[in-house]
Amino acid sequence: MEEKRDYGKWEPVIGLEVHAQMLTESKLFCACSAKFGASPNAHTCPVCMGMPGVLPVLNRRALEFAVKSALATGCEIPPTARWARKNYFYPDLPKGYQISMYEAPLAVHGAVEIETPAGTKRIRLTRIHMEEDAGKNIHDAHDQHSLVDLNRAGVPLMEIVSEPDIESPADAAAYLRSLRAILQYIHVCDGNMEEGSFRCDANVSIRPRGSTELGTRTEIKNMNSFRNVERAIESEIHRQIALVESGERVVQETRLWDADRAQTFSMRSKEHAHDYRYFPEPDLPPLHVDPAWVDELRSSLPELPAARRQRFVGEYGIPPYDAEVLTARRDLADYFESAVREHRNPKAIANWVMGDVLRLVRERRLDDALVIRDWPVRPESLARLVALVDDATISGKIAKTVFEEMVATGAAPADIVEKKGLVQVTDTGAIGQAVEAVLAQHADKVAEYRSGKDKLFGFFVGQVMKATAGRANPQAVNDLLRAKLDPMNVRS
Amino acid sequence: MTDPTASTIAEVRSALERREASARDVARAFLDRIAALEPRLRALLTVTEERALADAAAADERLARGERGPLLGIPIVLKDIFATRGIATTCGSRILDGFVPPYDADATERLARAGAVLVGKANLDEFAMGSSTENSAFGPSRNPWDPERVPGGSSGGSAAAVAAGECLAALGTDTGGSIRLPASYCGVCGMKPTYGRVSRYGVIAYASSLDQVGPFARTVRDVADVLGVIAGHDPRDSTSVPRPVPDYAAALTGDVRGLRVGIPREYFVAGMEPDVERAVRAATEQLRALGAVPVEVSLPHTQYAVATYYLIAPAEASSNLARYDGVKYGLREEAPSDNLGEMYRRTRDAGFGAEVKRRILLGTYALSAGYYDAYYLKAQKVRTLIRQDFRAAFERCDLIATPTAPTTAFRLGEKTSDPLQMYLSDVLTISVNLAGLTALVVPCGFDAAGMPIGLQLIAPAFGEDVALRAGDAYQRATEWHLRRPPEPAPA
Repeated sequence: MEEKRDYGKWEPVIGLEVHAQMLTESKLFCACSAKFGASPNAHTCPVCMGMPGVLPVLNRRALEFAVKSALATGCEIPPTARWARKNYFYPDLPKGYQISMYEAPLAVHGAVEIETPAGTKRIRLTRIHMEEDAGKNIHDAHDQHSLVDLNRAGVPLMEIVSEPDIESPADAAAYLRSLRAILQYIHVCDGNMEEGSFRCDANVSIRPRGSTELGTRTEIKNMNSFRNVERAIESEIHRQIALVESGERVVQETRLWDADRAQTFSMRSKEHAHDYRYFPEPDLPPLHVDPAWVDELRSSLPELPAARRQRFVGEYGIPPYDAEVLTARRDLADYFESAVREHRNPKAIANWVMGDVLRLVRERRLDDALVIRDWPVRPESLARLVALVDDATISGKIAKTVFEEMVATGAAPADIVEKKGLVQVTDTGAIGQAVEAVLAQHADKVAEYRSGKDKLFGFFVGQVMKATAGRANPQAVNDLLRAKLDPMNVRS
Repeated sequence: MTDPTASTIAEVRSALERREASARDVARAFLDRIAALEPRLRALLTVTEERALADAAAADERLARGERGPLLGIPIVLKDIFATRGIATTCGSRILDGFVPPYDADATERLARAGAVLVGKANLDEFAMGSSTENSAFGPSRNPWDPERVPGGSSGGSAAAVAAGECLAALGTDTGGSIRLPASYCGVCGMKPTYGRVSRYGVIAYASSLDQVGPFARTVRDVADVLGVIAGHDPRDSTSVPRPVPDYAAALTGDVRGLRVGIPREYFVAGMEPDVERAVRAATEQLRALGAVPVEVSLPHTQYAVATYYLIAPAEASSNLARYDGVKYGLREEAPSDNLGEMYRRTRDAGFGAEVKRRILLGTYALSAGYYDAYYLKAQKVRTLIRQDFRAAFERCDLIATPTAPTTAFRLGEKTSDPLQMYLSDVLTISVNLAGLTALVVPCGFDAAGMPIGLQLIAPAFGEDVALRAGDAYQRATEWHLRRPPEPAPA
């Protein structure tokens, strides 16, 4: 995915619009549940069904979530935001308009940092505004009718709009990952692209490399995974380059990504674009977000992914890549730090977390939840396992066995080691006997080794380990074999 | 007691409290009168007889337990724009054919809690758009003073019902004059409260930033009693104001000495009937005689009020009425199943009347890309200027007295072919909505044809008590409000 693309004399300019569903209990303007997955129209009332005469009342928790998101992305909160109506007809839009924000959004001028092969880049945010989601039309249930499910109508969304600061499809995916991680850190959005709680549209244009003017852009919709975002933007860049190089022009339009055919298709041109007739929503007063409340929310924010990544590198001395993986999720970073608090070997713990722990998390789809609660092993147990390796009670190889047993039974590592007799043999007498036996049994190989076939050393190690059922201390085995096979080296 | 249908709330309440009459007897008397008058008057779209008798029985029980309340057992009518749970609510439109709300408007609830007896739902111009009730999809109501004339609109059914004695009080809504104009035309009292004073929850929206709920009754005292029940903060309406409700009845001291009454020169417009001007000038003289101090004031942007209103109100209406699309409730005209747009077109074409369509078009145009700044935004700026006019005027006076309309009630059909003439009926009431103020209309005379004339008393925001005090003092000194329309000949 990360392969470097070459666009010749062209450079792409990409901006993203993300719709993030906020994890409130209830909808944006009524008390109906905002939960996903109920039977059709179970979560509806006169307000979210758009019945005559009913009125919207703002869910304060949704405002809190949006303000937190704005603060976590470094946005300013202007003194006044205004609700606006976006007017269009569609059966899943019960009022015939969506309550959104237009001229006066909730937040402006933020930024999200992304890690790229070329270093850290800063993607500026134009704005964040709040709006209500629409319902869902169901077309395949009957031949002659479409059905409408309004459970989702009125569910709170944030629209997060970036500046056209993104320079490649890979950076677009990196931006989405960073943004999602931030929203997940503050528990505002579960970030599930497949279920639609984190959706993305891309504005894409090309221009001659080095130019500062913007080309005509197209808007790409219908990308439901990070991978599809990258593929769709890549495909659209190449379509635009081919178009321009053949002497044609890019038309401003909305295009749909077709993942099966790996192409974008025109949905509607600018001439057919809706005139949404935005105007200030008269049913809701302007929002004056109290600065004292903003300060309170600011101080309640957890450490965010970028800061935490830097701290992990500095405080634990782990490589930037490891820090990136470990801080991608708040719960994962918390897990890592809990383990390190118990036993301070950050590098070894990082390896375990990024390897065996994450493998099991993914196999069991535990990361589908916003917060993983049911880890395969508790971080304290993992720390104790690493400690057993570090104090040479068991070897690294045995540790893998112990780990599997911990996962299977939930038992403490020390108990497993004791019960199964897995304590490492460090007694040089016992290991010496095994070495002697192996060398005697393979006198021919000893001769070959001494005549220069160095690679056979590993063979001898393996044989000794086999003879000791893997429990021999690998360092002791090495030392004793060297002493027997290369007496000169040992002496020097 | 004497005939309750010829009485006031205060009189009937006193009879009920002294157990001289039961709420059931009172309800029966009004239902009988409704049955007798409605074939001609057509003030009501629905007579809620069963509900009225049940409400009355419940009120009798509460009265028997010693409960007392300003509206306990009092028959009332709601404009058919208020959602009533389980009772058809049409807003005067075919597009709401068959719609029965599963909820009550806040005002509906408050009246029910107060023990008022709902006897019917009143006719109106479709979606409250009009000045005569001739835009009702179900035919016009008649003016009880002269059945050949309109009762005014849009709350014409409510005003006619009160004037004819079909109820003791009614609720209407006022977006540009829709309570005050019919009050004036029908010779009853009507009040448009301050924007935010009464909840709009469950009131079918026409123009959300202007709509306000208010009462009709025969006397200012009765208006004060109804307002006291329906006013107050409602968390379901974010534009309703969390401000305590004064004791309006207690504000009726009869004392207007020293009250500065502004007379705006711009409100005595060209084309005003001389009888109207004479009656209103006489009314301000009466207030002076009671100790009030007339002050000349100026509201220079008044001339732009109608134009401003006809950009803002239709703009909001074009959006508010988008929900009537045939998908969820009300009328649906079928179309080929693969043609959603055609279903929308047929439904809205069949469901809306000409005036509603006209305003949807006007509003859609005013909000369209490229026109928004020149129309909608400019109108909002003028609205601010109109508000500033009143702010400046109210530095020099406590209340502003004006005519309610340039003429008295016109004949049915007289203005239906000329929408602009119809719009000018509201030239003296619209500014109050644009500025979010309150105004009370009280009868102040009759023209040569015997049609009632209304005095409009405009107060600053949340100055309902001031307007009511002045109106009540005026009624203590005059008898215009005691006159009754002629009894129709028995059918």
